[in-house]
Amino acid sequence: MQVAAPYPLNRPEKALASFRRFFHWLTKPHVVLSLIMLALMIVFVIVPLYSLIKTTITYSQHDLTRVPTAEVGGLTLYHWVRMLTGVIGQIYTYTPLIHSMTIAVGATLLAFLIGGSLAWLVIRTDMPGRRIINQLAVLPYIMPSWTIAQAWLVLFKNRLSGGTPGLFEYLVGHAPPNWLSYGVVPIIICCALHYYTFFYLFTSAALMSIDSNLEEAGELMGASRSRILRKITFPLVIPAILSGIIMTFSKVMGTFGSPNILGIQTRYYVVATMIRGSLAAQEKGDSFVLAIVLILFAVTTIYMNQKLVGTRRSYETIGGRGFVAQLSRLGKLKRAIFTAVIVFQILVIAIPVGLLLYDTFMLIDGNYSLSNLTLQHWIGPRNTVYNHGEPGVLRNPMIFATAWNSIKLALFTAACTALLGIILGYAIVKGRGTRLSKLVEQLAFIPYIIPGIAFGAVYIAMFARSMSPIPPLYGTFALLVIVSVAKHIPFSSRSGVSAMMQVGHELEEAGMVAGAGVWQRFRYIIFPLTTSGFMSGFLLTFITTMRELSLIILLVTPSTQLLASQTMQYTENGDGQEANAVIIILITIVVIGNFIIGRFSKGGSLQKGLGM
Amino acid sequence: MSTTITIKNLTKRFGEVVALDHVSLTIEPGTFLTLLGPSGCGKTTLLRCVAGLEDPDGGEIFIGDQLVFSYDRGITVPPGKRDVGLVFQNYALWPHMKVDKNITFGLEIQKLGKAEMQKRVEDALVEVKMQGYEDRYPREMSGGQQQRIALARMLACRPKVFLMDEPLSNLDARLRMDMRSELKRLHHISSATTIYVTHDQVEALTMSTNIAVMKEGILQQLNSPDIIYHYPANLFVADFIGNPKVNLLEGVVVNRDSVDVGPFKIPIQNKYAPDNVVVSIRPEDIAISSEPVSGAVEFNAYSVLPSGADSTIIARCSELELTIKVMGISKIQMDDRIWLTFDPKTINLYDKSSGSLLSNSN
Repeated sequence: MQVAAPYPLNRPEKALASFRRFFHWLTKPHVVLSLIMLALMIVFVIVPLYSLIKTTITYSQHDLTRVPTAEVGGLTLYHWVRMLTGVIGQIYTYTPLIHSMTIAVGATLLAFLIGGSLAWLVIRTDMPGRRIINQLAVLPYIMPSWTIAQAWLVLFKNRLSGGTPGLFEYLVGHAPPNWLSYGVVPIIICCALHYYTFFYLFTSAALMSIDSNLEEAGELMGASRSRILRKITFPLVIPAILSGIIMTFSKVMGTFGSPNILGIQTRYYVVATMIRGSLAAQEKGDSFVLAIVLILFAVTTIYMNQKLVGTRRSYETIGGRGFVAQLSRLGKLKRAIFTAVIVFQILVIAIPVGLLLYDTFMLIDGNYSLSNLTLQHWIGPRNTVYNHGEPGVLRNPMIFATAWNSIKLALFTAACTALLGIILGYAIVKGRGTRLSKLVEQLAFIPYIIPGIAFGAVYIAMFARSMSPIPPLYGTFALLVIVSVAKHIPFSSRSGVSAMMQVGHELEEAGMVAGAGVWQRFRYIIFPLTTSGFMSGFLLTFITTMRELSLIILLVTPSTQLLASQTMQYTENGDGQEANAVIIILITIVVIGNFIIGRFSKGGSLQKGLGM
Repeated sequence: MSTTITIKNLTKRFGEVVALDHVSLTIEPGTFLTLLGPSGCGKTTLLRCVAGLEDPDGGEIFIGDQLVFSYDRGITVPPGKRDVGLVFQNYALWPHMKVDKNITFGLEIQKLGKAEMQKRVEDALVEVKMQGYEDRYPREMSGGQQQRIALARMLACRPKVFLMDEPLSNLDARLRMDMRSELKRLHHISSATTIYVTHDQVEALTMSTNIAVMKEGILQQLNSPDIIYHYPANLFVADFIGNPKVNLLEGVVVNRDSVDVGPFKIPIQNKYAPDNVVVSIRPEDIAISSEPVSGAVEFNAYSVLPSGADSTIIARCSELELTIKVMGISKIQMDDRIWLTFDPKTINLYDKSSGSLLSNSN
């Protein structure tokens, strides 16, 4: 028989009951995981941001040389005043900021034009060879972002850098003008040719999901093709385009590679190169002021972008269900357009890689005669004349150590990120509608809007010193893993959420009713069903980490050197051939890794990794 | 072996929305109780609270002797320890497991022996007539077959209580009929206490021993299908149950023995004080004649809708419209003059302001 509940309960009983209710809430898996994620994000995102800000408003030891009256650790607006006013403000902050904005806007626009039209051609027209074009279109993404910049230098450099002629000068006979060789124009082009893949991926996914009935309805009312494109198709893919804009803009704002390669010669400095310069000059406070300015600008731009388009959540693309779409006929232009697209893709992929490869075979840079061809830079022995006495890259144990570092970092980061993605996805989807879930989702978005180089700066600010219980991590491999994982949190949470959405809460609930505990539910139901999401996250992270430069350039030390930073070091030392050889090695590893992971992942793909 | 389920003052809020508002009910052992109501009435929430998948914001739930939930005492027994089985609306079969794995998953957790598990799988598959499907993946079966496997998965665990959340709503009409009789048979044999959620009143009436009608989180009436159909406790229940819909006419009691609905008067069985009331008459309780009959009211046949076994006639008398159901194909043509007779015994009276049943003639 039932136990009649003796009421009223006394006070200790009531207290016990409310403790039990709280404990029950606290021990729900999604609450526990949310809280753990929250703690991780606070330690690895919020606290570093705080310490970045704090560094800018305190005196450091280094400042004593200029401000003798200062007290180390004392609060001050010194750095802010210095960096935002007068000639220094102009040189260090405003001009680079305008440069950064210029290349970000320019590259985003160009990337949009290229990626958007390519997506439309592939998804919505009867152009031949669309499958192959689709596969080639994502290739630039797996190459390091500054590959094209390096190739540009090989092709278009004039005597301003290194004093050797580029291929263009050798072939044409006179040197290209500075504006074509260096600075804003090539930087914009190089960035756009790398980042158009975002627009391509987002827009093609959105175009694929548009019901062609919507367009046909317009057609029946007598609208012209261009009108339909402008008034129906375009507005429907606006969220996708916006995702591309935000992603590209924030990436280019914080990009370090291309501006460092193509901007230095004509003193075309951007904020990213300025941050590194100040840091190299021990001006931490100044450097971090620039990092904050960069972050604020990126955040403001993204915010305005979202306001302009209304209340839509702008990094949300329309889900990927394919409709049978009616394809636009290109008519007589079909062949011509196809040829143009293929030529473009060769230009973007094969020519840069070919140029870099050719460059590595030249014994002396800038001498294009056949007698100058050599394998010295690949397999040559140690020689005091070339490459500052280092042997060819394939005989250089330092390069192998560096490559191993890169691979280790990419694998570690990919594994952590993918796992974190599933956990974040679970915590967010399971708690949908609760404040906790919303908080986790919003915090997870923060690293997305912090440009790469600034994110690196954040980590220097935090982990250069010991912050108990965390030991000083600067110079360790662990720091590189942490920064890479933290920067990837937005992607992992996004792809984790979309993977978890497909699992359906009933599948876990059926397990609960059957009596399965938390661990059993994860092991037998949730993990097996999210394998493809996990692998997609793994693949995406592996590729991006392999060739990430802006994020880690401030954090690597000789013992934790990575392939990406190694190329930059070679370039800065004037060893262009070695730099290019390392880029070739890097691309080779990414391609092989991509192939192997693709082999083992069941249905994992780059698109899914981006949360589409 | 059957189990009583007692629910006391159960309350559940989702933000501002009150999904369950102090719901109290007792489900006797062996009952097939249907929770019936329009979407958003809280029926699924109630079921999920019993299963332990939602945490209510107040009240208590007993399953048998076990207090599985008490807000005031802070007790929440996890779903797996409540000895209940649940069939989901979309089956929720694990897509990466074959049929036998789907069924043995819960048995492994109960730590049953290999032989026993094998026997349970076989028995369960026989019960749902799905022998030989052990090696199929869920996606390799039709919706109806998946539903049977979901049922088998529940049966194999031998829970004390069966919970079913609109299990037939994703099946086509034909299959639904078959499954109804199977489910009813299953309950007949096992006589396990069952809670069944549906928005389909026909399903509720055909299968249940008891029906609980809900609206906006409040329990409207809990009774046998017979009582629910013939003596709905209020206008909402009257309107919700029955197809075609019940006729509801507003009127005033005159002379304590009839209700003036405007163009005519309807005789009533019991004596009432003059008041504003609503009269409810089931469409099949109205006698129809194509010639004048004494005491009958003349109507115009506005529309005639034969559907084989029966016909529905929409009749009008000035502004009033009534729905009448007769057996077979009706001879009446549209715009014919017809005479309707009302049987006082079949008429229910509701208070106009509160909407609750006045007469209770049984």
